[in-house]
Amino acid sequence: MDLGLSEEQEMLRSSALDFLKKECPKKLVKELDETEEGYSPELWRKIADLGWLGLPFPEEYGGGGTFLDLAVLLEVMGYNIVPGPFFSTVVLGGLLVLAAGSEEQKREWLPRISGGEKMLALALTEPDVSYEASAVKTTAVSRNGGYVINGTKLFVLDANVADLILCVARTKETSDPEDGVTIFLVDARSPGVGVTLLKTLARDKQCEVVFDNVAVPGENMLGRLDKGWPLVQGLLEKATVAKCAEMVGGAQAALDMAVAYAKERVQFNRPIGSFQAIQHYCANMVSDVDGSRFVTHKAAWKVSEGLPATMDVAVAKAWTSGAYGRVTLTAHQIFGAIGFTMDHDLHLYYRRAKAAEMMFGDGAYHRKVVARELGL
Amino acid sequence: MDFRFTEQEEAFREEVDEFIRRELPAGWTEESLYWPGGYGAIPDFEEVRPAHERFRHRLAEKGWLAISWPEEYGGADRSHIEQAIFHERMSYHRATGPDVGTLIAGPTILRFGSEEMKRKWLPRIAHGDIRLWLAYSEPNAGSDLAAITSTAVEDGDDLVINGQKTWSSGAHVADYAWMAVRTDPSAPPHKGASLVIVDNRSEGMSIKPLINILGVHSFNEVFFDNVRVPRENVVGELNQGWYYLMAALDFERLVVSIGGLRRTLEELTGYVKSTLRGGRALSSDPLVRDRLASLAVEIEVAAMLFWQTAWMLDRGLIPNTEASVLKLVTTELSRKLANTAMDVIGPRAQLERGSTWAPLTGRVSTGYLDCISALVGAGTSEIQRNIVGMRGLGLPWPS
Repeated sequence: MDLGLSEEQEMLRSSALDFLKKECPKKLVKELDETEEGYSPELWRKIADLGWLGLPFPEEYGGGGTFLDLAVLLEVMGYNIVPGPFFSTVVLGGLLVLAAGSEEQKREWLPRISGGEKMLALALTEPDVSYEASAVKTTAVSRNGGYVINGTKLFVLDANVADLILCVARTKETSDPEDGVTIFLVDARSPGVGVTLLKTLARDKQCEVVFDNVAVPGENMLGRLDKGWPLVQGLLEKATVAKCAEMVGGAQAALDMAVAYAKERVQFNRPIGSFQAIQHYCANMVSDVDGSRFVTHKAAWKVSEGLPATMDVAVAKAWTSGAYGRVTLTAHQIFGAIGFTMDHDLHLYYRRAKAAEMMFGDGAYHRKVVARELGL
Repeated sequence: MDFRFTEQEEAFREEVDEFIRRELPAGWTEESLYWPGGYGAIPDFEEVRPAHERFRHRLAEKGWLAISWPEEYGGADRSHIEQAIFHERMSYHRATGPDVGTLIAGPTILRFGSEEMKRKWLPRIAHGDIRLWLAYSEPNAGSDLAAITSTAVEDGDDLVINGQKTWSSGAHVADYAWMAVRTDPSAPPHKGASLVIVDNRSEGMSIKPLINILGVHSFNEVFFDNVRVPRENVVGELNQGWYYLMAALDFERLVVSIGGLRRTLEELTGYVKSTLRGGRALSSDPLVRDRLASLAVEIEVAAMLFWQTAWMLDRGLIPNTEASVLKLVTTELSRKLANTAMDVIGPRAQLERGSTWAPLTGRVSTGYLDCISALVGAGTSEIQRNIVGMRGLGLPWPS
C-alpha cells in the first residue's frame, strides 16, 4: 500500500498551484464569472501550452498522463478555481471520445482538445435532471444515412462556447431503458441547435440546449448504435471522481482561508481563533477535508487502474458532497459579515459547493448506490 | 499511489484471518459484547480468562502482539501497514490480545526508552507475560491532564510516589502501572512530569473497583501511599515525561476498531435483510437504506484515515493531528452506529443478552451505553478538536 503522490505528481501539483496563483487571481475569476463566455482565451492558451488539456490522453493524442494525474490537477484547479470549459472539454468530452471513439474520431478530436483548439460539451441530462438511462428522452431518428435529433437538454456545462456537443439520444424504445441509447458528435453550429445560457447560483456556464431537427451525419456516431449507455456510465464514473477531486481542492481552500482569518481577526482583544468554538469548527473542517481527500484518492486510483470502482466512487461522492457543503458553510460562519460581500472570495466556493454537490448525483443519490452495493 | 495490499500484505492478512478463526475460543465473536470504540466492555479490562490467555500467548508466539517491533525485542519486524492489517482483522473478530503494553507503552519505550529499558520491558510485553494499565487521570486531572498532582520524589536509588489515579481501566487485572507523575512540582508540567512503570504488587498501592454504567468492573481508583519504585523504571529522562506522554497518547488514539465497525454494520445489514416489518423486508425501507449506507460511507472514510496513519508510521512519522482526527471520526462513528442500530431495529434493540428476542445477541443495548466511553476515553472529542485546531492548524491558545 502506498498512499503518497509520485514525485511527478508532487511536481505537477506545486507547479500548477504556482501557475494558477499568478495567472488566475480571484479578480479574474470574478470577472469571468460575470461574462457570457466564462473563460479567458489567454489563460486557455497557457493551459494548453502546459499540456493540461491533454493530460489524461495517451501520448499519441497529445497527452501523456493518467487519470490519477488528472485528479491531482483537478484538486489544484478546484483549490484556485479556474473558470472555463476545462471540465467539459477534457473530462466529459475528451474522456468519452477516448473511451468510445473510433481511431479516426480519436485522431480527429483528441489532439485538437490537447492543443486548445476545440472545446467540447456533454448533453446528457434533460429537464427532469436524472442520471438514469430512462431519463434520456431526446430522440435520434435515422434518415438518409444520417440521424435527426430532437429534444431538450438541460444543465449542459459550457455548451455556450463548445465547438462540439456530445449528445446522448434515444435511438430505440424497448422495455430496457439502457438499451437503445446512442451518443452523437454534434457540431455546435449545426442548424437547429439552440443554446441558451442559464443563470445559475455558481455562475458556472450551464446551458439549455434545444435540438430542433438537427441533422447529424452517420459517421458522427460515437460508439455503437443503441449501445451507448454503458459508455455513458463509464464516463459518469470518471466524471464523478474528477468532480470530487475538484471539490476536495475547493474545500481545502475554504479551510485555509477560514484558518488564516481566524488567526488575524481580533474581537474581545484576542484572535477569534483562540476561542474553542472557532477551533472546533476548524477541526471539523480538517476532518471533512482529509476524509474527502482520502476516499477521493482511493476512488481515483481505482478508476485510473481500470478496477471495479462502483462502491468507492459512490462513497467518495456521497461523502465529499456533504463535506464540501459543510466546510464552506462553516467558513462563512467564521468570516461573519465580511464573507457575505461580493468583494470577498468565499462565496465563490460556497456557490460551487452546491453546484458540485448536485452534479452527477448528490449524497442521497450515491447512498442509494452504496445501499445496493451493501446488498440491501 | 497504490491502494492494493502488496502480495506479502495480502498473504499476511489471510494468515491472520485464518489464524484468528482457528484459534479464537469458539463462539467468542458472537458472545463478546465489545462495542467498537468503547472501553466499558473490553473483556481484558474485566477479568483474565484462561481461554483468552491461551489465545494471547498463541499470538505472542507468532510475534503478533508486537508486529512492528524489531525481533530483538520480541516483535515480528513487520511494517505498520501489516500491524494495521492485523488490528483490523482482530477487531473484525472482536478478538482480544493487544493491550496497553503492546499498543501504547511498548511503542513509547521503543521510541524514547534507554537500551536497558527496552531490553528489560519490551520482550516481556511482546511475549504477553505482563499487562500494564494506564495511570494518567486523577480526580482533578481529566481533560486537563497537566493538572496531575501525584508526585514522585527521588530518594536514593528509588522514587517515592504519593497520590491517586482514577478511571484506571483494568488496573485490577494488570501487573504494572504506566504512570504519569510530577517529579518537579515547581516546574510547569511540560518540564516537571515523568513517566514511570510501577509494579502493582508494591507496598502502599491499593486498588478499589469502580463499576461502569454497563455494570462491568472495568475502572478502578488506585491509591499510592509512599510507594517505592526503582529509579531505573523512569521512561527516558526524568522531567521529560510530558513529551513522551503526548506521543503515548498519539499511539493510544491510533487504536481504533475499523474491523469492529465493519462487523457490526454487516450484522445490522443482515438483520434488516432478514426482518419483516409490515410484511416487507426492513431493508426495502428507503430511510433504513439511507441510514445504513451513510454508516458504510463513513466507515470507508474512517478506514482511509486509519491506513493513512499506518502509512505515516512506516515513514518514521508519529501521526499527531492525524491520530486525533482518526480518533474523533471513529468514536463519533461508534456513537452513530449504536444510535442508528437502535433506531432501525426499534424496541427490540433495548433487549439485553439472554433474551431470545434480542437482535445481534443484545449487543446494541450495550453499544448504546458503551459508545459514550468512546468519545471520552483517550481525550474527549473536544480535546481532539483542540489538538487539531491548535497543534495542527496553529490556531492561538486561549488567552
